[in-house]
Amino acid sequence: MSDHLILRIVGKFLIPYILLFGLYVQFHGDFGPGGGFQAGVIFASAFVIHTLLFGLESAERIAPQWILKIVAASGVLIYALVGVAAMLMGGNYLDYDFLAADPIAGQHIGIILVEFGVGLTVASVMMLLFFTFAGRGEAS
Amino acid sequence: MILEQLIDIFLLVFLAIISIAVLRIRDLFTAVMLFGIYSLTSASLFMVLDAADVGFTEAAVGAGISTILMLATISMTGREEKPLKKKGAMLPLAIVVITGATLVYGIMDLPPFGEPDNPVHTHVAPRYIEQSPQEIDVPNFVTAVLASYRGYDTLGEVVVIFTAGVGVMLLIGRRRKRKEGISNE
Repeated sequence: MSDHLILRIVGKFLIPYILLFGLYVQFHGDFGPGGGFQAGVIFASAFVIHTLLFGLESAERIAPQWILKIVAASGVLIYALVGVAAMLMGGNYLDYDFLAADPIAGQHIGIILVEFGVGLTVASVMMLLFFTFAGRGEAS
Repeated sequence: MILEQLIDIFLLVFLAIISIAVLRIRDLFTAVMLFGIYSLTSASLFMVLDAADVGFTEAAVGAGISTILMLATISMTGREEKPLKKKGAMLPLAIVVITGATLVYGIMDLPPFGEPDNPVHTHVAPRYIEQSPQEIDVPNFVTAVLASYRGYDTLGEVVVIFTAGVGVMLLIGRRRKRKEGISNE
């Protein structure tokens, strides 16, 4: 698709705003609609556009698959470890009340960390899925 | 009130038209595009129902990523659906009619739509709405429910997504590497 000049220019122009909107949805999820899931998908869609416009190799240079695999696993780990941290601080698993001296502050910390883990996993898994599909299409 | 109902009717009729079009059409590319429009219409419907988070997810996942993944799939498998063999249309019709009749029969037992004393509105929802400002103090109740009250479920969902990624990579991610390995040797 590299010979489509208009698509390339518009896509290039849109990618940073899509990434920014993904981050906004991630960190604004406490206040408005959104959260880790939606943010992850939006963030990944910027990379999908980049792949469609500039090819798989270019996208994989920015986000190599081995890094994405580590990020995908660490997102789940962050979520699970927040639960373990709450247990170590004296509460039940995933009971954020105990993450800080003040229960409400603990809840805020817990929600932000957990949503961050969700966002990491969703974004990297979506990118991995697309790269896998796209790479298979190119190979055959 | 009337306007809201008109929007509902318009969106639902649109959904029905798109579903019939998806069934009738043989060109898979068009079908995938129609599926994307279907998801976007569903997202609008969720917005009308004031479920902004669900609508957001439907628009991002259903209309965005699913469409892209299905397009990537038909770029491998081909654009045209195999011609349908016309035989035995009576049995599927009977199954569909019976299933539909059962569902309609089930709907008749549902409480009236939007009534304030429905079970959904009297069980845990009031507790979340009344207590979460003191307990969690997050303006978006949906985030409070998903990330804190229902933290286990969300952890499970993240594990499901991770597992899906692992599964896809195991199933179709390895072949390309093996091919490259052979050509390098």
